Amino acid sequence: MSIKYGLLAILDESPAYGYQLKTEFERRTASAWPLNIGQVYTTLDRLSRDGLVTPLDPTDDTRTYAITPAGRAELKTWFTTPIEQTTPPRNDLAIKLALAASTHADLTAIIQAQRTATMRTLQHYTLAKRQADASDTAWLMVVELMIFTAEAEIRWLDHCEGLASRPTPTRSDAPAAVTAPAQSKDKAVR
Amino acid sequence: MSVLQLDAVTRIYGAGASEVRALDDVTLTVDEGDFVAIMGPSGSGKSTLLAIAGGLDQGWTGSVTVAGHPLQGLKRDALARLRRRHVGYVFQDYNLVPTLNVIENVALPLELDRTDPSWARQSARAALKRLGIADLAGRRLDQISGGQRQRVAIARAIVGDRKLILADEPTGALDSATGDDVMQRLRLLADDGVAVVLVTHEARHAGWADRIVFLRDGRVVDSTRVANDPAVLLAGA
Repeated sequence: MSIKYGLLAILDESPAYGYQLKTEFERRTASAWPLNIGQVYTTLDRLSRDGLVTPLDPTDDTRTYAITPAGRAELKTWFTTPIEQTTPPRNDLAIKLALAASTHADLTAIIQAQRTATMRTLQHYTLAKRQADASDTAWLMVVELMIFTAEAEIRWLDHCEGLASRPTPTRSDAPAAVTAPAQSKDKAVR
Repeated sequence: MSVLQLDAVTRIYGAGASEVRALDDVTLTVDEGDFVAIMGPSGSGKSTLLAIAGGLDQGWTGSVTVAGHPLQGLKRDALARLRRRHVGYVFQDYNLVPTLNVIENVALPLELDRTDPSWARQSARAALKRLGIADLAGRRLDQISGGQRQRVAIARAIVGDRKLILADEPTGALDSATGDDVMQRLRLLADDGVAVVLVTHEARHAGWADRIVFLRDGRVVDSTRVANDPAVLLAGA
C-alpha cells in the first residue's frame, strides 16, 4: 500500500508528526491523492505495531515518529521491487462500452461524448502542466501520468470507434479455421 | 478580431456515385490569439479544412475570409500574395529548403514577396528570437536537430508578423518531449496574439489548444473549449 511506504519515505528524511506527514505526502504527490488525517494515524499505528516506526517520545501529545532500521529495510525493498499490476482495475468505461456494443445503444455517440469529456480533462491537465514550476519534478511526473492516462483513453476510444464501424463479417468472410472444428464435431456426433 | 472565418463551407470531390463530401457545411471562427486543434479519424476532412483555410484548395462552396480578405474569386497570384502576407504553414516534415541556412529559410517568404533584403533578414532574426533560436541563424539544416528544424519552420511561419499559423501534424516526426516543446512554442505565440490552427491525431498535443474541434465525415461533430483559467487543480482527480 503506497500510503504506508509514502509515510516511511518521508520519515526516512526526518522524524515528523501526523499532520506534517499528511501535508508532505500531498505536496510530493502534487495533491493528486489527498489523505485524510485518520488514514495517516491508522497507518502510523500499524507501522508502529510492526516495528517500522517508533514514537520519539511516547509522552509527547504531538506524537512525533521516527523510522526504525526495520522500516528503512522495508522501504528499500519497496523502492527496489517493481510494482506488478496483475489484476486490471475495474473500469466503468470499458463496462459501459462493452454493454453498449452488445445492445442497441448508440455506441458511436457514446464514444464521441466520452472522447470530448476526456479531451476536456486532458486540456485541464495540460493547463496545469503549463502553470507548473518547471523545477518541480515530482509534480510534473504526476501531471504527466494524468496526461498519458487521458491520452491512452482517447487512443483506445479512437480504436473502439474503428472496431465499431467495421462491416460485420458475413459467414463467407469467416476464416476456415472457425468452421473446421464445427464440421469435425458434426462428424463426431454422427 | 477574426483572423480566419469559414461559413457553411462544403467541399465535394468526385460526382454521382463516387461523390465524397470532404467537408460538409463547416463553420469555424478563429480569432487573434485563438489556438484551435482539429481532430478526427483519417478521411474526416482535417487536411481539407487546412488547405481551404490557406487558400490551397479552391473548389469549395460557402465563404472563407482570411485576415479580413474574402478568398472567393481570388486569382492564383492574389491568393499566393495573401498567403505570403498573412498565413504561415508548419508541416510534419518541416518543408525547409536544404540548400539555405536557418536565417535564409526564415527570410524566404519575405524575399519572395520582394521585401527589402536587409529588412527581411532583420524580420527573420526577430522571428528566430521569438522562437528562442537566434543562436542558430547561421547554421545549416543538417547541423540542427528535428525539434530545432520545426522551430525554424515556425519562425518562418510567423516572419513578417503574420497572424495565422496553419500547422499540419507538426509533431508527427518528433518524440513526445520534443513535440511538447514545439507545442509550447505554438502556445506562447497564441498567447502573444497569433491565431493557430493545428491538425493533429495526437490528443496529448491537442491538449495545448484552447478549443478542440472534432470532425467526422466532413462535419463538425463536437468541440471543447477550456478557459485559460489558472484556478485548475488536480486535487480530487
